[in-house]
Amino acid sequence: MKLIITLLVLMMPVSVLAAGDAPTPHKQEWNFNGPFGTFDRGALQRGFQVYKQVCSACHSMNHVSYRNLSALGYSEAQVKAIASEYTVMDGPNDEGEMFERPAKPSDRFKNPYTNDQQARYVNNGALPVDLSLIAKARVGGADYIYALMTGYKDAPEGETLGTGQYWNKYMAGHKIAMAPPLADDVVAYEDGSPTTLDQYAKDVSEFLMWTAEPHMEIRKRTGVKAVLFLLIFAGLLYTVKRKIWANVKGH
Amino acid sequence: MGSGKREKFENPAIEWVDSRLPIFTMMQKEYGVFPTPKNFNYFWNFGAIAMVMLMIMIITGIVLAMHYTPHADMAFESVERIMRDVNHGWMLRYIHANGASFFFIAVYIHIFRGMYYGSYKQPREILWILGVLIFLLMMATAFMGYVLPWGQMSFWGATVITNLFSAIPLVGDSIVTLLWGGFSVDNATLNRFFALHYLMPFVIVAVVFLHVWALHVVGSNNPLGIEPKTKQDTLPFHPYYTMKDTFGLMAFMIVFVIFAFFMPNALGHPDNYIPADPLITPAHIVPEWYFLPFYAILRAITFDLGLPFTSVIFCPAKLGGVLAMFGSIALLFALPFIDKHPVRSARFRPWYRIALLSFVANAFILGICGGKPAEGFWVPLSQFSTFYYFAFFLVILPILNKKEPVLDLPSSINEAVLAKNKKASA
Repeated sequence: MKLIITLLVLMMPVSVLAAGDAPTPHKQEWNFNGPFGTFDRGALQRGFQVYKQVCSACHSMNHVSYRNLSALGYSEAQVKAIASEYTVMDGPNDEGEMFERPAKPSDRFKNPYTNDQQARYVNNGALPVDLSLIAKARVGGADYIYALMTGYKDAPEGETLGTGQYWNKYMAGHKIAMAPPLADDVVAYEDGSPTTLDQYAKDVSEFLMWTAEPHMEIRKRTGVKAVLFLLIFAGLLYTVKRKIWANVKGH
Repeated sequence: MGSGKREKFENPAIEWVDSRLPIFTMMQKEYGVFPTPKNFNYFWNFGAIAMVMLMIMIITGIVLAMHYTPHADMAFESVERIMRDVNHGWMLRYIHANGASFFFIAVYIHIFRGMYYGSYKQPREILWILGVLIFLLMMATAFMGYVLPWGQMSFWGATVITNLFSAIPLVGDSIVTLLWGGFSVDNATLNRFFALHYLMPFVIVAVVFLHVWALHVVGSNNPLGIEPKTKQDTLPFHPYYTMKDTFGLMAFMIVFVIFAFFMPNALGHPDNYIPADPLITPAHIVPEWYFLPFYAILRAITFDLGLPFTSVIFCPAKLGGVLAMFGSIALLFALPFIDKHPVRSARFRPWYRIALLSFVANAFILGICGGKPAEGFWVPLSQFSTFYYFAFFLVILPILNKKEPVLDLPSSINEAVLAKNKKASA
């Protein structure tokens, strides 16, 4: 039995398959960690600002709508204002014509490209991935995104990079087609947070965790209630069970 | 059913129904007074737990199917809609996805209990075989369910597993085309997998019914592996075991809920959050954790079998792997006829106990190998482990049949329980 338990424990890290030769990203202190963790609204809004001003130039966010931004603490009017900054194609209208109109809260985030072919053509053949689920689609999640954002280094000697390739410590194979997207002072924060690469990377990672798992807070709250209920219920059942079994000889 | 004497119920409404369809009499007989050995330990909870998991899977699954679109271009998107826009859709999906894992955990413990206490032995052979059949159906259902979100692992897992059938001589390629509904894993594959994934659970329910029926004919085994002889050896199922099962179920649910609500993706693979792309193969294609031991056996056969020193090949490596994988499950079916030792419980079979616990440890090692890339040190390790898996059934058990001494067994369950109690209180 002990052997089995030991093996079980040994199996745990096995499920985390190391990606290529890239090092495992360091674990960061996230506000959303742990069973009671919540998103930091300030970080989410700053992260959204980074996404909007930097990432969204190349990366789509197909599963998220502008209306979802109300979860970041924006008012209905603010969400409307954010949406109306974008122009989307709608139609056909009654005359059979496609037409452009300002985006509404019910619209999905506007895709920077018309199609994947255009995206590849503009980006040296590389397709910028959709970011909606990226924090769940990579081993390490938000830790990985943070590590990648801050992991750009000069290529070690002997490594040759192709055109449009950059060296990143945390990318599988180390060669990445994305130019270093963040640097100190590229985004002007309004809340006085430091405008450093480190801060940008943290904020955008938290924002991307939210886009991947928008219902995380209610999920954890429900989980706490469910576990508490089950603990109490199981305790009651155990007492009743003991009482019923008390008259059985040998138990 | 229907024949035999029936006692009258006091409640006129119940009596009215029962005299026409004796469903209350049946429930009373099978779940009320049903004589059950009084010495069960908590390993005996997992049958009931597995049954509840099956119900949870069917209920969440039916509701998920109301929102899911089985089309190659829309499946991934529809799953994300469930996660984001359907009321409590995230809860349904996480319960369903983690429920599959916990269904397998319950069933694996249930199978281990059967093997440890010799529950498959005479007269419970058919009961055991029906159980293995349920396990096989579960594997097929779980595999097809994992394909439905149409992520990268869905797609490539489906490609790898369906391709296995091409190893079958002569008809292999036709079978694969039939499974795919075309010439590659595509929309037609997704459609038929969805249809079958919806069908199979109800087939499982039917076989579970037969499994429980067989159980109620031959009665439960128990940790001592000796049959109850007198009334003192048994207790009525209700309230003793209804209560104990419910408590055990709740304890199991706590662990399940912790996974479903606090680490819902811990047992999944991140690649399945990337939409399926037939042009990009993931670095490592791995099935879900509960298939890993069998996946390791599949990949362990890396050599062709043929006439030595000639180019004649009877069994190419791929076919060998497929045969080994299916053979590993076929041996489970045959277990009651391989293990002929007269003693059931491993408590009184010290040699078998060591062999079986090593078998379980070996299954974990196979699981680890299945999750690793098939290279370097992992290849000979999975080959050695595969060898032990088969040797357990084909070499060790037959030897134990002949050589393992038959120890003295307690004369009755009641006596053993009282003796144990005396020892504990002394």
